[in-house]
Amino acid sequence: MRTAYLNTLYELAKTDKRVYALISDNGAIVYDKYRRDLSSQYLNLGISEENMLGVAAGMANCGKIPFAYTIGAFLAYRALEFIRNDICLQNTNVKIIGTGAGMVYSMLGPTHHSTEDLGCIRSLPNLVILSPASPLEVTKATKAAYLYSGPVYIRLGTNKEQEIYKEDYDFEIGKGVQLCEGEDITIIGTGNILVDVIKAKELLEEEGISVRVVNIHTIKPLDVGLIEKAIKETKAIITIEDHDIIGGLGSAVSEVIAESGIGIKFRRLGLNNIFAKGYGTYTQMKENNGLGIETICNTVKELIN
Amino acid sequence: MNQLEEIAKDIRKTIFKIAYHAGGGHMASAFSMTDIVVTLYFGNILKYDAKNPEWEERDRFILSKGHACYALYAVLAKTGYFEETEILNICKPGSVFGGHPKMHDIPGVEASTGALGHGLSFSIGMALAHKLDQKKNHFYVMLGDGECQEGSIWEGALSAPTLELDNLTVIIDHNKLQAMDKLENIVHMKPFVEKWKAFGWNVIEINGHDFKEIEAALRERKEKVPTVIVANTIKGKGISFMEEVPIWHYRMPNEEELSIVMKELGITREELNIK
Repeated sequence: MRTAYLNTLYELAKTDKRVYALISDNGAIVYDKYRRDLSSQYLNLGISEENMLGVAAGMANCGKIPFAYTIGAFLAYRALEFIRNDICLQNTNVKIIGTGAGMVYSMLGPTHHSTEDLGCIRSLPNLVILSPASPLEVTKATKAAYLYSGPVYIRLGTNKEQEIYKEDYDFEIGKGVQLCEGEDITIIGTGNILVDVIKAKELLEEEGISVRVVNIHTIKPLDVGLIEKAIKETKAIITIEDHDIIGGLGSAVSEVIAESGIGIKFRRLGLNNIFAKGYGTYTQMKENNGLGIETICNTVKELIN
Repeated sequence: MNQLEEIAKDIRKTIFKIAYHAGGGHMASAFSMTDIVVTLYFGNILKYDAKNPEWEERDRFILSKGHACYALYAVLAKTGYFEETEILNICKPGSVFGGHPKMHDIPGVEASTGALGHGLSFSIGMALAHKLDQKKNHFYVMLGDGECQEGSIWEGALSAPTLELDNLTVIIDHNKLQAMDKLENIVHMKPFVEKWKAFGWNVIEINGHDFKEIEAALRERKEKVPTVIVANTIKGKGISFMEEVPIWHYRMPNEEELSIVMKELGITREELNIK
């Protein structure tokens, strides 16, 4: 995802001199090519996330298009008031790029996990929140953020994500993607956990369970229509996200269900209001924190039976 | 009395009228920086066009200590961005004027401030954007001395000299008081001037009520180095019983005090709509 983001940013910056890459001393060698070729559009503002976002807002207020990048946890938690006041309240054209979505920095521990970032920023007016699921979707989301005039937060993973799309598709801010049709249950996911959802769907199909998979790549504005369709056309809904079950995708979808006036079996999968337990590979972290493929399959079976 | 002094007297009157109509506000903080803002706008220093607030060639004044906005409103009205009468509906439904300034809503207001510690980084971003484009606009940002207790101010203080922003002038309204007490009794900032020097700024210390000193400092530039003016001021300046008394950070006068204010500022009962 990071490479897809940087390659896209590189192309955008090459053709549009208003584009700037701002970093807060995070990105090491991944920015090498960008720095070499586009040094005049690159600024490392040091380990000072609040200042970086304030500077980004000021630059945007004067016509620049800054992409301010560092670990999402340091943006959404430490610099939240700068996102709110400098970027959202003033409606400045800043792109906030948070890397390390969820527990993907599995060895680095909870200080580096973005497991409540959506909960912190989802209520902020004027902010578009993108949570792409694969490298191709990162490319599309980055371009869409560039074309959109206003504040955007992009929730990036790291660099090891698999592609989930077999062919090209239309990406539109605020429009989810139904990845496959199904009748028994809809699993609505966001971010790179969708790879696991697709695997779970295949396993469940072997057992005769028909699963619809929906990718919500835009947390805000939410594709209410696509969720309402799932409420009407399938018998149960599960949301899944590498994030706390409070404040993120699960909360957003439950708001739609509650207001739809239709009762439906529903379950949120994510961190159950805990800081992620332990260390390990990313896969191990998901397994040990209630987000493994087995848990997805078991939850589906519990819910529809 | 010179011209700037006369304007400042008039601005202090307007500040009080605004506070009176709002029913509250941070007027002592506004009085404290009045002479500086008056010099900036009326001493031929800041380039602006009140009839064209978005003029690209303009310099910008960013009020980071947003709670002192009554002084900014009063000055912007006098320069012609809007009529003084428009402000007097302040803090009432339908008014764009509130207890903290909002850009986009109020012509001439360059940043939405109120939460402290934001204006410096925002100004650095604007100054940087202009410097990258080799533009000549200058950026002035007013901080409170109490505001300098915010950590983000020192992130900005490290950043601006690194970026060689000689198109940025920070003015610190150094009245030595914050909401609850004297700074030195809460978190002292000593040695204040030396701190800014150590961070790599061109530091000028002045009497923030001496128009000549203010003007000279506002005009000073140093190549590749941002300038900070530490302006020693008196909080509540202009009203005898408010000067340097912490409680006036946020308070309105009673009947007896009101008559003193009216006498000292030369405000009539009619101007306050008192029958």
